[in-house]
Amino acid sequence: MAYDYNKFLRMEKMPTLWCWGCGDGVILKATIRAIEKMGWNQNDVCVVSGIGCSGRFSSYLDFNTVHTTHGRTIAYATGIKLANPDKHVICVAGDGDALAIGGNHTIHGCRRNIDINFIIINNFIYGLTNSQTSPTTPQGMWTVTQKAGNIDPTFDSCDLAIAAGASFVGRETMLDPKKMEKLLVKGFSHKGFSFLEILSNCHINLGRKNKMVSAMDNLNWIDSISASKAKYDKMSEEEQLNILPLGVLKQDEKAEEYCDLYQKVIDAQQGKRGKITQDDFEKKI
Amino acid sequence: MATREIISTGNDLSAIAAVDAGCTFFGGYPLTPSSEVMHTISDLLPKVGGTSIQMEDEIAGICCVIGASMSGVRALTATSGPGMSLKAENLGLAQMAEVPLVCVNVMRGGPSTGLPTRVSQGDIKQASNPSHGDYRSITLCAGTLAECYTEVVRAFNLADRFMQPVIVLTDETLGHMHGKAMLPTVEEVKAGIVPRKEFTGDPKDYHPYECGPTEPAVLNPMFKGYRYHFTGLHHDKNGFPTEEIETCRKLIQRLEDKVVVHQNEIELNEEFMCDDLTGEDGEVLIIAYGSVSLAAKEAIRHLRKDGIKAGLFRPITIWPSPAKRIKHFTDKIKNVLCVELNIRQYTEEIERASSRLDLEGLYKVNGRAISPHEIVAKVKEVF
Repeated sequence: MAYDYNKFLRMEKMPTLWCWGCGDGVILKATIRAIEKMGWNQNDVCVVSGIGCSGRFSSYLDFNTVHTTHGRTIAYATGIKLANPDKHVICVAGDGDALAIGGNHTIHGCRRNIDINFIIINNFIYGLTNSQTSPTTPQGMWTVTQKAGNIDPTFDSCDLAIAAGASFVGRETMLDPKKMEKLLVKGFSHKGFSFLEILSNCHINLGRKNKMVSAMDNLNWIDSISASKAKYDKMSEEEQLNILPLGVLKQDEKAEEYCDLYQKVIDAQQGKRGKITQDDFEKKI
Repeated sequence: MATREIISTGNDLSAIAAVDAGCTFFGGYPLTPSSEVMHTISDLLPKVGGTSIQMEDEIAGICCVIGASMSGVRALTATSGPGMSLKAENLGLAQMAEVPLVCVNVMRGGPSTGLPTRVSQGDIKQASNPSHGDYRSITLCAGTLAECYTEVVRAFNLADRFMQPVIVLTDETLGHMHGKAMLPTVEEVKAGIVPRKEFTGDPKDYHPYECGPTEPAVLNPMFKGYRYHFTGLHHDKNGFPTEEIETCRKLIQRLEDKVVVHQNEIELNEEFMCDDLTGEDGEVLIIAYGSVSLAAKEAIRHLRKDGIKAGLFRPITIWPSPAKRIKHFTDKIKNVLCVELNIRQYTEEIERASSRLDLEGLYKVNGRAISPHEIVAKVKEVF
């Protein structure tokens, strides 16, 4: 039987403004299925989005929803979560939103390990605003701001998240919605910062001048640049250079979550425990 | 009014005021000369079960405050000029989405990094429209140590009444001034708290942004069963993006009118030794605000001893400006001296309000306070 998404969708907002064949809808549906699997009460969930095509994600979902300014999703979500530690906060951002203008907040959200579920939809381009270079646009591709070919180096956002201290980091593609849903459920279940990158297509604004004018062409390219972590680990360094590993890339269940840590501050200030010292932490520097 | 005496600094008093007014969330970033607000409130809030967080930058500081406020809590951020510039865009979102918060700006010399540890009133104009677009700011300006407390309390009540950010301007002089302040009791402050309006009917009948043309939105706290949408885009009655012509016009007009129409609830002035000003020749009206008014009052005492009848008009609510009251005085009194720690930033508003271009001014922009002596000398020089 077909899955009923309507319960969590704002049907009066349909159709979405996303282009025909866009991966955002697939990610939206996987997110809904993952939230339902978590069994969360609709009133206890907050979805925060930024600016870009992904920014509209929040308006289609029937939860408490916040459409913020460009790049600031995690900063808003940090306030929402800290003021309501028992609620569930999901952030959605694009590659430009999360890694360019909002890069600083991404780093520090990961570092604090606050229990926010951060879905980053990476389509390798600024899609909504017509093909400007993003921090994940591959070198040599055409963009409207670098028509002679993009020279800006890219970076691997999952590597960034791991280095910055996110305790759960994973990546999937919109090519496999089931695996994506599984990753989202794992991330949502994890207590701490969950960094969930989903590779997606923008055949309209990435593909149009990069020989991927159809969704299928764009998706074939995503398939060609990604492989499961198991396969990736067996590759030579030379092969790994052009492959993004998929699956759970980091899962640290021991890392302390920020709201829990802040409770220690409250307890210390209220005299319920001694001051927090370096002895409270395994890592001293 | 029951009072209590506290010996403290302006910055500490602002922090204490927030907690007494029921604030349970602070987000900010260190910025001289405002940092002591965060130093103090980071100790106070956990004691009452609240939260204080030092964010990664000024922008994140205001964003987390807006996020916290969306779930119904009273939330504060504090900064100084460079931080205000960085917070501007998200102050705009809070204006547009009608999310209340209080932002204390302890003014220092600008522009840019300016004079970090020196006093200024250079952010007066910025405070009227820190972000792009049309909306009506509410900006209060403390002129005494006690007002570093009382204006923060008033700001929280105004923010929740009008559902928008309220800026409280203090300055380096007041922020770091250490002395005695007579304050209302905590019980009195608590009794004066006006909670945000909440809709209590069926969620199906709830339209947060469907309100009277001069009234603020009624935004129930998140997580209470009333699911709607916050956005910085033009939005409809349920908060969803729209470009419908009439809806867009009405929204922006309402952001203006909800403040302008209710200015009587917001306006607060001090009229010092103005009672006996009758409009006779030789009388002097000084218009000053913030810490400068302390020097102005002392100057007026000296002037009166020297036989010059002088008085002070001091706006405590800077924006919207008390234009009618300014005109009342400037129509009556010929000799008007505006004193500011900037170059004519508020004088231009006084010129607008008074329809006069013959006002005298004393302006200082070198990071030093104005002394009573300088004001006395200026009065004697120009009038």
